[in-house]
Amino acid sequence: MTGPSSPVALEVEGLCKSFRAVQALDHVSLSLQYGRVTALLGDNGAGKSTLVKCISGVYAPDGGVVRVDGAVRVIASPDVARSLGIETVHQTLAVIDPLDVVENLFLNREHTRGGRFGAWLGVLDKKRMRTESGEILGRLDIRIPSLRRPLSALSGGQRQAVAIGRAAAWGQQIVLLDEPAAALGVEQAARVLDLIRSLRDSGVAVLLITHNMDRVTEVCDRAVVLRQGRKTAEVDVADVSKDDLVAYITGARSGDRDP
Amino acid sequence: MTDDPAATGLMPAAAHRWLSRRRRDSGLRPYVVYMAAVLIFGLFAVILRDDGFLTATNLLNIGRQAAPIAVMAVGMTFALASAEIDLSIGSVAALSSLVAAEAVGDYGFVAGAAAALAVGAGIGLVNGAITVKVRIPSFLVTLGMLGIVSGIARNMNNLQSLPIRNDTFLAVFGAGSVGPISSLLIWTVVVGLIGHLVLHHLRWGRHVLSVGADRSAAAALGINTDRIRITALMASATAASFAGVLLAGRLAIGRHDLGENLLLTVIAAVVIGGTNLFGGRASVVGAIVGSVVMAMLNNGLILMGLRVADQLIARGVIIILAVALSMREQKET
Repeated sequence: MTGPSSPVALEVEGLCKSFRAVQALDHVSLSLQYGRVTALLGDNGAGKSTLVKCISGVYAPDGGVVRVDGAVRVIASPDVARSLGIETVHQTLAVIDPLDVVENLFLNREHTRGGRFGAWLGVLDKKRMRTESGEILGRLDIRIPSLRRPLSALSGGQRQAVAIGRAAAWGQQIVLLDEPAAALGVEQAARVLDLIRSLRDSGVAVLLITHNMDRVTEVCDRAVVLRQGRKTAEVDVADVSKDDLVAYITGARSGDRDP
Repeated sequence: MTDDPAATGLMPAAAHRWLSRRRRDSGLRPYVVYMAAVLIFGLFAVILRDDGFLTATNLLNIGRQAAPIAVMAVGMTFALASAEIDLSIGSVAALSSLVAAEAVGDYGFVAGAAAALAVGAGIGLVNGAITVKVRIPSFLVTLGMLGIVSGIARNMNNLQSLPIRNDTFLAVFGAGSVGPISSLLIWTVVVGLIGHLVLHHLRWGRHVLSVGADRSAAAALGINTDRIRITALMASATAASFAGVLLAGRLAIGRHDLGENLLLTVIAAVVIGGTNLFGGRASVVGAIVGSVVMAMLNNGLILMGLRVADQLIARGVIIILAVALSMREQKET
């Protein structure tokens, strides 16, 4: 369909999802390639977050097929998504307020100590997780004042940084970012873009939901536009202007291929 | 940290670091229960000094009264941490005392305790499964269970108490002591220690807290929230049945109403100990200290010579006040 060289990481075909009478996703198809950033655009209620939740195992789609590395997969739960190398930063961030930074980074993939018995019991290896957290955040150039502070004590930007850091740290193949820079200041937003670039450069397939056209032209290779649950356009970002993208989003223009 | 008084040299740096770490973690809240404990102890020591409040026997008695409250409170801490609540604990303790008394007579003291704990775990499993699978709020499920279990306990021995004559059982779970320390106190410390370690050092404890803080976020991270909520309710019911064993051990009987009236006391102990009534924040140590506070209150009201009816009224007022105060403190943080 697209992308001459990069292999396809994730392929969604004919995905449907309804909530009672509302058809949130109507036969949406999409593919993500390794080392590429794909923008997922659309107005509020267009179905962007629903699509992300279907891929990340939060929602079960009503119909359609998801392929990861060419193999059909049923992503029945977030656990399955994670085991397939799909990491997600949800709009709500999914960080846990009373837990500290280390615990949030390692939530549900904790290191244990004490051998097999310790693993069965779930005895946390706090020291190892603290060390590795420092390494992870250092590698991603994310600055958090203290790893031992609960998330409730951090600023909005720092909370977001933890959520993105968690996805970036574990997302070996595919990272889905739902509005990752929404609550960030200018400098922090720039950091997030750097982070997305470095993920791309290390070969990760990235899906980025955003309302900010500057970000699309800055880091994205492809753009997919949803409107009322349908895909209305899929274009190479280099071929179109910001105005074109806005026109697709508002429905002033449509077309499934490059215009 | 922008406004740093240490930088102005008003406070020794180390002291300030300690203070600010405490403050930003959780405000004064963790200390409310300790202040309450000291305050009430001091108050009773003064006004009840001629009524024997400070005698060794009485203090030991307070400890023995606190033991079953504390054990239940540790279990309730996990239920509340997961944003559930278990209203059946009093009746579970009562039924467990009867089951223990029955089994101990037939099969010995280990079987007595084990049978009681199994009953608790089973009731907790049913509570949890109905809450999660049928999607009924746990306060309703466990309220219904409270009635069911009380009824079963009343049927079990026709409202008669069942004496326990197994000396080992009575020594281990009641009257016995190691040196000068009552076995009830030892059990309280053991249960508290286990609870604290589980909450802070086991994956399950952190997951319970996560589910209670934000269930959908926990689910999005792949935590099996159903399993966590069910096991948290199992923990509270199992702890309640162990409290029933301790009550049976202390009184040398099993009876249909042992511990039945402790529910409100336990909830109060847990909440003034710093655990959030609606999930996401929990303190096992606070729950234990809160239990001692509640036991002191009970004891003080009795020593003051209040009639049972007036004790009930006074206790109700104090519990509402204490919980209101600690919840206001929690909201501020």
